[in-house]
Amino acid sequence: MPIDVKMPQLGESVTEGTIGRWLKQPGEAIEEFEPLLEVTTDKVDTEVPATIKGMLSEILVPEGETVRVGTVIARLIEASEAASNSVAPALPVQAIASRAPISPVVARLANEYKLNLDDIQGSGGGGRVTKKDVEAFLAQRSSSATATPTVMSDGEAVLNPQAVVDPAAAPTLAPPVLAPTAPGYPESPPLQRQRVAVDAAIPERPTEVSGLGPDDELVPLTPMRRAIAQHMVHSKQTAPHVTTVMEVDLHRVVAHRARHRADFERQGVKLTFTAYFVEATVAALREVGIVNSSYAEGGIVQHHRIHVGVAVALPDGLIVPVIKDADDKSLLGLARAVNDLAQRARLRRLLPDEVQGGTFSITNHGVGGSLFAMPIINQPQAAILGVGAIEKRAVVVSENGMDALAIRPMCYLSLTLDHRVIDGATGDAFLTVAKRILENYSTAQL
Amino acid sequence: MEMTLLEAIRAGLDEAMAADERVFIFGEDVGKRGGVFRVTEGLADKYGEARVMDSPLAESIIVGASIGAACYGLRPVAEIQFADFIWPATNQIVSEAARMRYRSNGVWGCPMVIRAPYGGGIHGALYHSQSIEAFFAHVPGLKVVAPSTPYDAKALIKAAIADPDPVLFLEHKKAYRLIKGEVPEEAYEVPIGKAEVKRAGSDLTIITFGLMLHYALEAAEKLASSAGLQAEVVDLRTIRPLDTATILQSVRKTGKALIIHEDGLTGGIGGEIAALVAEHAFEYLDGPVMRLAGPDIPAMPFAASLEHEYLLSVDDILDKLQAIAAY
Amino acid sequence: MIVKALPVSEQATVLSSDDLRKMFEFMLLARLLDERQWVVNRQGKAPFVISCQGHEAAQVGSAYALQAGKDWVLPYYRGLGVVLTLGMSPEDVMLGVFARATDPASGGRQMPAHYSSRPLNIISQSSPTGTQVAHAAGVGLAIHIRNSIAREIVDDAIAWVSFGEGTSSQGDVHEAMNLAGTHKLPVLFCCENNSYAISVPQHKQMGVQDVASRAAGYGFPGVVVDGTDPIACYEATKTAVERARRGDGPTLLEFKCQRLTPHSSDDNDRSYRSTEELKEMRLHDPLHRYTKYLKDEGILTDVDEQALRARIKDQVDAATKAAEAAAVPDPATVLRHVFAETND
Repeated sequence: MPIDVKMPQLGESVTEGTIGRWLKQPGEAIEEFEPLLEVTTDKVDTEVPATIKGMLSEILVPEGETVRVGTVIARLIEASEAASNSVAPALPVQAIASRAPISPVVARLANEYKLNLDDIQGSGGGGRVTKKDVEAFLAQRSSSATATPTVMSDGEAVLNPQAVVDPAAAPTLAPPVLAPTAPGYPESPPLQRQRVAVDAAIPERPTEVSGLGPDDELVPLTPMRRAIAQHMVHSKQTAPHVTTVMEVDLHRVVAHRARHRADFERQGVKLTFTAYFVEATVAALREVGIVNSSYAEGGIVQHHRIHVGVAVALPDGLIVPVIKDADDKSLLGLARAVNDLAQRARLRRLLPDEVQGGTFSITNHGVGGSLFAMPIINQPQAAILGVGAIEKRAVVVSENGMDALAIRPMCYLSLTLDHRVIDGATGDAFLTVAKRILENYSTAQL
Repeated sequence: MEMTLLEAIRAGLDEAMAADERVFIFGEDVGKRGGVFRVTEGLADKYGEARVMDSPLAESIIVGASIGAACYGLRPVAEIQFADFIWPATNQIVSEAARMRYRSNGVWGCPMVIRAPYGGGIHGALYHSQSIEAFFAHVPGLKVVAPSTPYDAKALIKAAIADPDPVLFLEHKKAYRLIKGEVPEEAYEVPIGKAEVKRAGSDLTIITFGLMLHYALEAAEKLASSAGLQAEVVDLRTIRPLDTATILQSVRKTGKALIIHEDGLTGGIGGEIAALVAEHAFEYLDGPVMRLAGPDIPAMPFAASLEHEYLLSVDDILDKLQAIAAY
Repeated sequence: MIVKALPVSEQATVLSSDDLRKMFEFMLLARLLDERQWVVNRQGKAPFVISCQGHEAAQVGSAYALQAGKDWVLPYYRGLGVVLTLGMSPEDVMLGVFARATDPASGGRQMPAHYSSRPLNIISQSSPTGTQVAHAAGVGLAIHIRNSIAREIVDDAIAWVSFGEGTSSQGDVHEAMNLAGTHKLPVLFCCENNSYAISVPQHKQMGVQDVASRAAGYGFPGVVVDGTDPIACYEATKTAVERARRGDGPTLLEFKCQRLTPHSSDDNDRSYRSTEELKEMRLHDPLHRYTKYLKDEGILTDVDEQALRARIKDQVDAATKAAEAAAVPDPATVLRHVFAETND
C-alpha cells in the first residue's frame, strides 16, 4: 500500500510550494525523518522529511513545478512492503498539472508575452490565473514601460496569433467598438473598466528578455529571488516608508560581550552583537508597543506577542527567520536562537513556521560595512530596524558636566517605519529606548 | 412604430405580397381565420383567398405542394400551424426542398419559406411547445432563421421570401405578443446568416436566440448591476448558416461563452456552437464553454408546475453567468 | 367513376401513321437504350441501372399526349420512355448512367434515371418516390393560383406525374390527390402498375384491384388503361390532359404494365417470381405487341423495322461512346450548389 507524500502546509498563509530538489530517486531506500526533498516557498527553502521508513516508489511532481498544498507529490512504500515488492519503481513524471487549471487564453498569452504565471496572482476559482489577471499584469507592466501599446487582436488573427501580436508590446485594454444594436436595445456605452493589479502589487519583471543585448546574459530568477522581488515591491507599494536614524554608543555592550563571551561559548553559544540588538529591540517594542503592529483596512493590528525576525544573508538572497516570543528569552536564549536560526538558514534547514509570524524585523546590514541604510519593511510588519557597522569613532562624551573626546564603538540604528501606522516621533521614541538599553548595558547583566 | 413580434411578421408578409404577385401563403387556417395565432389576419381579404390559401390538414402536402409551386416559379410561404406538427413534412423538407438544388446540380431550386411557431411557456404541452431548430439546422441546403425582435422579424421574413433557397422561419409563440419593439416605417434590411450583438460587454459572451435572448438580456443587466460584469449578448437570428464570424469575434474578445437555448441540451444547436468555439477560438478561451438548455425529456409537459420546471428563467441564466464569471 | 379504356384493336385514334411510327421509334429506342444500360452495368462500367422495360407503351403513349416544354413532368425512376418522348437524347441518358459531369439531370450526383431537365420542365426527382406526386400537385396549385389571380386561364399547362402502384401506398400520394381534387388542379396522376414493388406483389400492397378506383375518393375520374397498348395510353392521357387544361381538374390514370426485368440491376426477380410467371410475362411485352399491330396494320414492314433497329443501335452506340468518354465530375465541385450561386 503506497503512502502518499503531500505538499506540506508550510505555514498558515502559504498555499503552494515548489519542488526544489528531490533528494531521493524512485527505488531508493529512505529512513523515517530522512530528508526526501527540498521545497521552496515564497518564504522558505526547506527539506521535507520522510514520514515512514521504506522506499520512494514514485515521484509525481518534477523539480521546479509548483503545486498547491495537499497535492500528492510522491509515493512511498513501507519498509516491510518495499522488501517484498520487486515491482520496478515508476519513472518520475515530467509534469503534472496539479495547480489550478490554466485556460487556453492564459496559456497563449503567457507564451506570447513570455510570462511566468507564478508571478501573477490568480483571482479565479481555486486561485486560477484568469485572462483578466494576465491583462491586469500586462497593463501594469506596460504602464511603467514606455513601449507603445498595440492592439491585441480579437479577430481573424486567431489562427496565427504570433503573426500579429508583438510579444514585446503590451495590449490596449479598451473593448473594440461594436456594431450598433437594433432599436429597442440601446447600445451599452463602451465599458471603461478599471484594470488595476488585484490586491497585491506585482513587481515588474526587471529584465525583459527582449532587452537582452549581445553582451548580456540572462540569469534566470531563482524562486527566492523572485519571492524577494515580489515582497520588496509589494512592501514599497503598500507602505509609505519613513526612516529615522540614531547613533548608539556600544562601549558597554562591547565590554559585556568581552566579559561573557567565553561563558556563552562553554554553553555552546556564540555571543553575537545581534543578540544585544534583539534584546534592545524587545525592550523598545515593549515600551513603544505600537511599533509591534500591522496595518489593516479595519484598523491597526497590535501584536501582544513579540516575534522578532532577523535577516540572514545567503549567497543568493536573504531570509528572515523569526525568534518567537523573543521577550521571553534571556540574552543567552536570544543568542542561542540567533545562532541556531542563522546556521540552519544557511544550511536551508529552517522549518516553515520558523520564517513566519514575525511582528518586527531586524536587519544587520552593518556586517558588510554599511554605516546606515534604509531597509524595506517586511510586510505586514510596521517597522524594521537596520543595524549599521560598529565602528570606533571619536565622540564627545559628557561625564559629570564635563565634555571630553572619547573613542567609542559607535553604530547607527535606523528605523524604517510604515507611516500609516507610526509617525516619526513614535519611531524616535522606539530608537530612544533601544539606544538607552544598549548604552546603559550593565556589565554584570545577563 | 412600435409593433409586437407577431405584427412585425405580418407587416413583412404584407409588404412581400404587395411587392411580388408570386408570393402566396399556404397553410392550415391561414385564410379567413388569419391563422390560429392571427399572423396572416387580414391578408386573405387584401390579397384574395387564392394567395392566402387554406390547406388541407396535411403537413406533408403543405410543404410538398409548396416545393412544386416553387419549382413552377411562385414564392410559397408555407405555414405549419405549430412547429410540433412539422414532422410529417420532414421528408419533404429534408429530402426534397433542401436537396433540390444540389441533386439537380444547381438547375432547380426551392425558393420557399416554411413558417413555424415554436417554443413553450404557453401551456401548450408536448405538442404545442417544441423547439425544432436543431433537427433542421443539421440539414445542408436549408436555412433556419429565428428572429427575436420585431425589427429583425419583419426584415427577415422578407429576406426569407426573397431568398432563392428554402428557409425554415421559426417564430417563438410566447414572444409573439410579449415582445414589442420599434419597427421603422421606411425600408431596411436584415440579411439572413448574420447574427447581431444585442448588448455589448467584455467579460463574457452569451450566444442565444428567440425568447431566451430576452431572458439573457435581462440576466445580463442583473449581472451588471449586481457584479459589475458586462455580458455581451449575441442574438444568432439565423441558426443555419451560423454567423461564425460574429460568434468567434465576441468569444475571442471575452474569453468565455455561454450558449442558451430552450430546446433540450443533448444534440442541441448549442453543441455545434460550442464545438465551433472550441475549434476556432480555443486559444482565446478563459473558461469552459458552457451550455444552458432545456432538460433532456421528450417534450414540455402540460401542468404549470412541470412546464415551469422545464423552462429556463432569468435567474437560471444569472446563476450560470455568475458561475462562469467566477471561474 | 372508373373508366376502362378500349383495347388497341378496337381503339379509334386520331393518331396518324406517322405518329404511330414515331411512337414505335420511341418505344424501340427506350428498349434498346435500356438494354444497353444493363450491358454497361454487367461490364462493370455503371454501378446501377433501373429499367423501363415493359412500361414503354404506357410511357411513350402517355407522354406523346403532352406538350414538351410547356407541361410539367415528374416521372419516377422508370420513366425512360417518358423523357425520351419529351426530347431527352440517348446521350443525355447515358451521361447519367456513367455519372458524368455533363449529365443534365444531376451532373453525376444522383443515381441514373433520376431525370431532370429545366428546358423540358422535368422536375428533379428523388429515389423514395411519392414525394414527386406532392410536387406535381404543387405545380397544379401554382397554375391554379396564377389563373385565379388573373381570373382567367393564362396558363393551361398541366402537371403530369408517374409512380408505381407500390408508391400509391405512400401518404404523400393521398395528400396530393386530396389537394388536387379539392381545388380541381390540372394534374395527371399516372400510376404505372406492374404488380410489383420490388418483390412485393400487388395483393400484399393494397386491398383493391385497381389503384384507379381510389380516384373516386378524391372526387375525380380514375381510368384503368392497358399499359401494354400505347394507343390506349395515348388516348386516355389525351382525354385527361384536355380535361385538365379546361380547368375541370385531375385524372388518375392507371396503366397496367409488365415489369420485364428485375426491379434493378441489384435485384434478382427469380427469387420471388416463378419460372411460369416470368415466361407468361414475356407474352405481354408491349414492344412485341405494338410491332405486331403496326405490321398487321401495314404501318411497319420487316425491312422498316430492321433499318430502324440498325439506326437506333448506331444512335445508342454513339451515345454510349460519347457519354463514356465525357469528363467525370471535378471533385472540387462536390461542395457546389448547396445554395444558390450568383449565377444560378
